[in-house]
Formats: sequence, structure tokens, C-alpha cells
Amino acid sequence: MINLYLAAEEGATEHNPIIPIWQEIVVGSVAFAVLCFVLIKFVFPQMEKTFRARVEAIEGGIKRAEAAQAEANELLEQYRTQLAEARTEAARIRDEARADAEGIRQDVLGKAREESDRIIAAGNEQLAAQRESIVRDLRAEVGTLAVDLASKIVGEALADEARTRGTVERFIADLDTTATGRR
Amino acid sequence: MVIGQSTVLAAAFPPSVEDFYLPSILPWGAHDNYWFTKVTLLVWVAVAAIIIFFLWAYRKPQLVPTKKQWMAESAYGFVRNNIAVDMIGPAGVRFAPYLTTLFLFVLVNNFFGIVPLIQMSPMSHIAFPAVLAVISYVMFIWVGMRHHGPLKYFKHALIPPAPWFILPLLIPIEFFSNFLVRPFSLAVRLFANMFAGHMLLLVFTLGGFAMLNANVLLAPVSVLSWVLTIALTLLEFLVICLQAYVFTVLTASYVQGSLADEH
Repeated sequence: MINLYLAAEEGATEHNPIIPIWQEIVVGSVAFAVLCFVLIKFVFPQMEKTFRARVEAIEGGIKRAEAAQAEANELLEQYRTQLAEARTEAARIRDEARADAEGIRQDVLGKAREESDRIIAAGNEQLAAQRESIVRDLRAEVGTLAVDLASKIVGEALADEARTRGTVERFIADLDTTATGRR
Repeated sequence: MVIGQSTVLAAAFPPSVEDFYLPSILPWGAHDNYWFTKVTLLVWVAVAAIIIFFLWAYRKPQLVPTKKQWMAESAYGFVRNNIAVDMIGPAGVRFAPYLTTLFLFVLVNNFFGIVPLIQMSPMSHIAFPAVLAVISYVMFIWVGMRHHGPLKYFKHALIPPAPWFILPLLIPIEFFSNFLVRPFSLAVRLFANMFAGHMLLLVFTLGGFAMLNANVLLAPVSVLSWVLTIALTLLEFLVICLQAYVFTVLTASYVQGSLADEH
């Protein structure tokens, strides 16, 4: 046991851990150089490229989304103005229709009034004509009646006042009956 | 060599520096040949594994990544965004590929320290951290000289904005800390952590065998020692990730210092 310890202690003087072994320096340098060469030349630039592509893809996506949003907003605005236009148009049409209806009503009313006036006028005219003809007939009849009456008066030689009065009354009554009978 | 494993391990207790210098693989068993040992083999394995993984994962990159592509990208993205850009700023993207390579190389090599049956980190041999530290050292000076021009860079790095009478004191300090200590501190920090981690695992594993060999009644303590080995392995995992991160962050920080316009 002690011998082995001693051997180990003797061995310890053989190597100093703080003094590098030059063969290992060579191996380490070459190995690390190879690693650096491969990674820095082939792998990491590729990664940077991918990172950039990813950033661009994301930014492009955002840009596209923004464009779509803007387009949608524009369309919405357009639809809104169109809707407003349609509303005003509809209101205008309604107003016009109302105005038209009013006009038509006035028209119809005027026509009706005219018609009624015309009818009334026609009635009046007819009435006047009838009256005229009646007056004409009466006038003719009154003439004959007067002649009749005069002949009667003359025929009966006017006996007394009482008879005369009676004659006249009879005449008038006669007149009345003929007038009513004519009607 | 026919003696049982436990006897051999117990005999080697306490572990020594020699436990880090395993016999060479090719030629088999040679003690003074370092070209092809377990440690150099592991370095090559690490390099091959990283290259193969990244080439395989990034063979056909897509905008919507697959799982393996995502893993490869997060490794790069982590160093790129959380170390390079955070430390150096937008100009750091330029350094992200190297920093990522550095990070992955250190991480995977460190990780061999706790892989069962391998349990030996190449980074516990100072040669490898030293190479990386020298590259970082040359890089930050080179970057500074490119950015400011050689004369202006050294003026910028050595002369802090201070009253003239204090400068004779400050310039040697700045020179010492910026140009002498940095590569050593980088290399030694990583090396010592991995060295100590391996040593700790050896102490607890071999200590268990040693106690068991000394007295069978100590078996429970041996078991405790081995349980602690597992706990220490988990701790070691933390150290592994942390040291890889620290090495990369410090390199980035030195580069940032070289690029900075003010102190």
C-alpha cells in the first residue's frame, strides 16, 4: 500500500497539470479549427439566412394583413357611402311619390269639381230652358185663356159685380186646374 | 492487471495528477505518447458529434422549423441573442458564429466529464483551454486594432481617463490586467474547474472503494460516498454549463471592451 502511494507521488512529479502538452495543443487547435470552419462556413450563415427569411415572412404577412385591412376598410367606407346614397335616393323617391300623389289627388279633385260644376251648370241650363219653354207655353196659354175669358165676359154681359167676381174666381180656379193638369 | 477492478481503484487512492494522464491508445499503453489518447480521441469525438448534429439538423432548413432544426437554432440563437448581442450590441451578430462554436466546443468537451464510462473531460488538460484562451486573446486585440487602429487601440486600452499623476500607477495595472492576466485567467478558470470536478468525483468514488477495502464495516459510509458521487455529478453538470457560458461571455466581454469607444 505504502509503496503504491509512493509510486503515485513519484508519478505526480512526472506531469505538471499547468504545463500544457504540446501534442494536445496541436490536436486541440486542429480539431477546433475544423469545427470552426464547418460551423462558421456552412451552418451559421444558413441559420442567419433562415432567420432573415423568417423575419421577412412574418413582416410580409403583417404587411399583407395590413393591406387587406385597408382594403376592407375602404370597401366598408364605399358601402357606407353607397348605402347613404341609396337612403337619400329612397327618401327623394318617396318625397317625389308623395308629391306625385298629392298632384294626382289635386288633379282628380279638380276634375271632379269641374265635372260637378259642369253637371250643375247643365242642370241649371236645362232648368232655365224648361222654365223658358214653360213660360213660353204659359204665355201662349195665358193669351188664349185671356181671349176665352174676355169672350166669356163679353158673352155674359157682365150682369152684376157679384157674377163678375164669380166669373173671375172661376177663371182663376180654371187656370189653376189647367196649370196643374198640364203639369 | 488480473487483479480485481476495486483493488486497483482502491490502490490508486488518493487520486493524483497522474490519473489525468492515461496511457496512450495508439500506440497502446505508451506513457510518453500524447497524439492519440483518450483525451484527444474525445476532442475529435466532440468535434465530429457537433458537426454531424448541425449538418444533419440543418440539412434542409425550413421557415417553420422541425424539432431538430429548432434545437440547432436555439443553440445558435441562445449565444447569438443572449451573449453576443447582449454583450456587444448589434455589432455582436458578427461574432455570434465564433462564439457559438466556442460555446458548443467547451460545453460538449466539458460534458464528457460526467458521461458515464467516459468521465474524463479534455478541458481538464490545460492545453485545450489554453488554445481557446489564446484565440480569444488574439481575437479581442485584433478586433480592437481593426476598430480603432493599433496605436489608438493601445492608448484606449492602457490609458484610463484619470488625472495624469495617477497614470504611472494605472497604466501598468491596466497592462497587467488586460494583456497579461486575461488569457491565463480564461484558460485556468476552465481548466481548474474541470480538473477539480474530475478530482472530486475520483475522491468520492475511489474513497468508497478505499473504505470498503480497509474495513467491511465501513460499507455504509462507502455507499454514502457513492451517493455523494451522484450528487456531485449533478453539481458537476451545473459547473459544466456554467463554465462553458462564462468562457463565452468573457470572450464576448473582451471583444466588447475592444470595440467600446469609452471606458
